[in-house]
Amino acid sequence: MKNENSRRSFLKNIALASFATLALSGCDMKALEEFLQQNFRTLSKKEKNKIIKNLAIDYKKKYGKEFNVSDKPALEGTLFGYALDLARCVGCRRCVYACVKENNQSREPQVHWIDVLQMEKEKGIDFAHSTSQYNPEKVPSEGHFYLPVACQQCSNPQCTTVCPVKATWQEPDGIVVVDYNWCIGCRYCMAACPYGARHFNWGEPTIPVEEINTEMHYLGNRPRMKGVVEKCTFCIQRVREGKYPSCVEICPVGARKFGNLLDPESEIRYILENKRVLVLKQELNTQPKFYYFFGI
Amino acid sequence: MNFIRFIRGSVKIMLHGSNVYYAWLIFLLLLILWGGFGYYDQLRDGLIRTHMRDSVSWAFYIGNFTFLVGVAAAAIMLVIPAYIYNWKPIKEIVIFGELLAVCAVIMCISFIVVDIGNPVRFWHMLPIVGTMNFPSSMLSWDFFVLSIYLLINLFVVTYLLYCIFYKKEYNKSIVLPLVLFSIPMAVAIHTVTAFLYNALPARIFWNSALLAPRFLASAFCSGPAILLILFQILRKTTKFEIKDEAIWRIAELMVYAMFIYLFFSVAELFKEFYSGTEHILYWQYLLFGIGDNHEIVVYSWSSIIMGFIAFVLFLFPQTRKNFITLNIGTVLIYASVYVEKGIALIIPGFTPDVLGQIYVYTPSMTEIRTAAMIFSAGFLLFTLLSKVAIAIIFEDYNIDILNKKARKSNREAVSEFDHPFISP
Repeated sequence: MKNENSRRSFLKNIALASFATLALSGCDMKALEEFLQQNFRTLSKKEKNKIIKNLAIDYKKKYGKEFNVSDKPALEGTLFGYALDLARCVGCRRCVYACVKENNQSREPQVHWIDVLQMEKEKGIDFAHSTSQYNPEKVPSEGHFYLPVACQQCSNPQCTTVCPVKATWQEPDGIVVVDYNWCIGCRYCMAACPYGARHFNWGEPTIPVEEINTEMHYLGNRPRMKGVVEKCTFCIQRVREGKYPSCVEICPVGARKFGNLLDPESEIRYILENKRVLVLKQELNTQPKFYYFFGI
Repeated sequence: MNFIRFIRGSVKIMLHGSNVYYAWLIFLLLLILWGGFGYYDQLRDGLIRTHMRDSVSWAFYIGNFTFLVGVAAAAIMLVIPAYIYNWKPIKEIVIFGELLAVCAVIMCISFIVVDIGNPVRFWHMLPIVGTMNFPSSMLSWDFFVLSIYLLINLFVVTYLLYCIFYKKEYNKSIVLPLVLFSIPMAVAIHTVTAFLYNALPARIFWNSALLAPRFLASAFCSGPAILLILFQILRKTTKFEIKDEAIWRIAELMVYAMFIYLFFSVAELFKEFYSGTEHILYWQYLLFGIGDNHEIVVYSWSSIIMGFIAFVLFLFPQTRKNFITLNIGTVLIYASVYVEKGIALIIPGFTPDVLGQIYVYTPSMTEIRTAAMIFSAGFLLFTLLSKVAIAIIFEDYNIDILNKKARKSNREAVSEFDHPFISP
């Protein structure tokens, strides 16, 4: 029965589509323009301005709100780094949901940029014996500690090397970004990432209108489309304006630290110089700019 | 102009055949339709229609792609022994091998297209109009070598058939270098495909130098298997002549390939299980399952058992030279390699995932239907092209026949026109 329906709707859609192309061939210039849009990195300033202006108009039409879409480039003299205090993290997952809201991730199907793993204290950092599906009444659970993982913003990223179309790259401030309009959705980067930091829009992403974040960056939290890859950008729309990423702000125990690695006075530099830090999967030579440490 | 007549003549052959031929075409068309509606669902709703998720982000489609690269490669590599052992119908072996290679490469590219999230953006991968990440990305290499391989084979096979059709002598100085060049290209497409997986340090299961050699060895099992069946069918139904000895020789070569494959696999397993590091997890998931997750075990063991029976059947001359047991072995080895490439190679690369989590993957109905669509379309293409090749090579279908018919129908047309002018 369901098959029958899909078949009928298929034929109907074909008829509709061909009718629509005939009737709207004049107005469909915009779709064509979007289809022909080039890789973001090869665009001129003028072209970029036009694109982000159009995006703001499109979003307003779709969501009925005023949007501010930015394409602000990296600031001179910045290289962002992150540190996470494993001794403090209690595994509450507030960061996960703050991130979803800030970065306009799809709610259905769910996309999370941060995965929090529950590990056994006896085993130490051991992925094979960890679980991301923990669900106790209260965290932290006895005998466990928590290891949140998002993009490690590698200095030597595998994901950008393997991309067949150069749709993902490392910005001068160290943030690895994706051009959602250029990504073909082959998911080679997901196979290459050793941290499971890349996420794919398997279905049409949905964001509730009342929860949408209107402060956007072209390479960051603007709404994605079906069939493209997305990832943590250190909240590019915030950090390039001098704010903290939203996961840093929400963390109730202050486990998350963020700053400019090139600034000798920054908190992140203090941690690197005074605490014993580690990076995940050091042997793979990805050289993450995301450090873990034990603060207490 | 000549070429258009050749194409027209070819289409004419494709459209005429026995009832069995029509029934086969209709069967394939129905399968394409059934699969096509499945693929339409995926186009509408996205890849969420598959059972792939972030943990297992590549699966059945990419496995099929890998398998077909092997078929495409092995079809041509069979030219080497044909040449060395001086099997009589070398030209025919080259032509059918290349036809198979052309169809297999087209199927390969189709599997990539259905696997990507935005198929209309495929042009981003092209040089000049897009931004091809060459030479960094192995995927761009793969696309590059596959395209060249497709073009070479398409050209050579069309040119050869064209010459036979026009009863011309073909130009050896064009064909021979291209055929010789296509042999290392066949090795290249398979090696590059293996490197696609091989050089990802994140995926420990694939990060073994034996991956590419194992690929080639298994391709030498599955590719000739198809040709073995095809040659027997051709021998029965057309004037195609291939001696029993040549068929047994192919089977013998397949035994060597199977043995090498077995040896490589044992070497790999020994290293993994004897050293017993945490890297063993992926093999453990493949062969025994982890915890309650055994879903993939049935695939891996069915592949191993089928492969092993085929090996035994091919190993002993009594069963190798008996056409019943030979054909059973051929089907078994084909199925074994298909399951191995389709599931057993890809899935353990992603399970457990890079963060140690287990997501159990088995193909969804949409994936199976889409694969059925591509396979039947590939078979359809191969049937049509083979029909033309058979007619031109074995049934003396050539330009003279076409001319004779044309003259005849012209005469009829003229005589019909004549009457109205005469009668008044």
